[in-house]
Amino acid sequence: MQGVQIDLISAERLSKMPSMEKIRLILDKVRDGTIVILESGLSPDEQSSLIEMTMQEILPDGFSGIEIETYPSKQKSGGMLSRLVRGENDFRRLTVIGPANQLRMIRRDRDFISAWISSR
Amino acid sequence: MGLSQTFSKILTNLFHKKTSRIGIYGPPNAGKTTLANRIAKEWSTGVEGTVSEIPHETRRALRAENITITGGNGRSITIDIVDTPGVTTKIDYNEFIEYGIARDEAIDRAREATEGVAEAMHWLREDIDGVIYMMDATADPFAQVNIMMVGIIESRHLPVVIAANKTDLPDASPQRIKTAFPQHPVVPISSLTGTKVEDLYEEMIRAFR
Ligand SMILES: Nc1nc2c(ncn2[C@@H]2O[C@H](COP(=O)(O)OP(=O)(O)OP(=O)(O)O)[C@@H](O)[C@H]2O)c(=O)[nH]1
Ligand SMILES: [Mg+2]
Repeated sequence: MQGVQIDLISAERLSKMPSMEKIRLILDKVRDGTIVILESGLSPDEQSSLIEMTMQEILPDGFSGIEIETYPSKQKSGGMLSRLVRGENDFRRLTVIGPANQLRMIRRDRDFISAWISSR
Repeated sequence: MGLSQTFSKILTNLFHKKTSRIGIYGPPNAGKTTLANRIAKEWSTGVEGTVSEIPHETRRALRAENITITGGNGRSITIDIVDTPGVTTKIDYNEFIEYGIARDEAIDRAREATEGVAEAMHWLREDIDGVIYMMDATADPFAQVNIMMVGIIESRHLPVVIAANKTDLPDASPQRIKTAFPQHPVVPISSLTGTKVEDLYEEMIRAFR
């Protein structure tokens, strides 16, 4: 059967993993053509490292990078203080990550994401 | 560290404040180099980067140092401007071939771009004191890079000014950017024609002092 593997990783499991382990796991899966869905997404620092590491692993005619889809951070109660009070975890939102050549965003809003996955 | 050393360090910081390093970040083709060149030209220094309709024209960050920008009421800032490669999560050299670049050169270009982006991300975590985040006002502000980059910049508590560029184009909508990022100052400009860049300078002086 032809198809695409999708791995859904729970918030509980993610919260137990060190950042680097998390990023390694995501990149390994995505490089194998798996679509990864994180129940609670990555922190900004993790996202930053993910971009950096993705760039380091791109090869001509090989891995060409990732597509990543998530919602904008919640921002109704803007200011710095409320951000500190709410804590970092509020930044982490459901995130879909896949190989750039298989996952495509169709539409994204503040509260809605539509994406397309193709098999290789 | 001894007390006298600490004290001398405080004195050094007081009287010889390190010039703030301001990074121009944003997706490929937003107009970052066009703005960096304009700033360098208007506030007179030498360095100039190349501008191109091909994405990832800038693959190594370019610096213009010790630029003093003076605002309408005489207030000024002295900063280093770092023009960074357009941030992305994917690069395929075939994209460059579509622009008529030969395969070998396209592969080199892609490799340089990936290294440049990795480096720019690294600096953002270590070495940058403020950000001009540049978006193309004709493009979707909710593009994933914008969402991630603004989140990353916020988490580092860096002062940020968003430039809504290319307002000279008919389908530019700076308002869409303002609606998408209401928590930050958004300045509509055209780096190409220079329209409203003085508003950006005022906002920079306010944010990066
Ligand atoms: N119409 C219009 N075009 C612009 C403006 N600013 C830049 N451009 C054009 O947009 C293209 C990209 O400009 P660059 O300054 O190279 O963009 P960049 O953000 O440095 O791009 P990379 O280095 O590839 O990430 C060029 O064709 C510019 O002439 C603007 O304000 N209006
Ligand atoms: Mg450039």
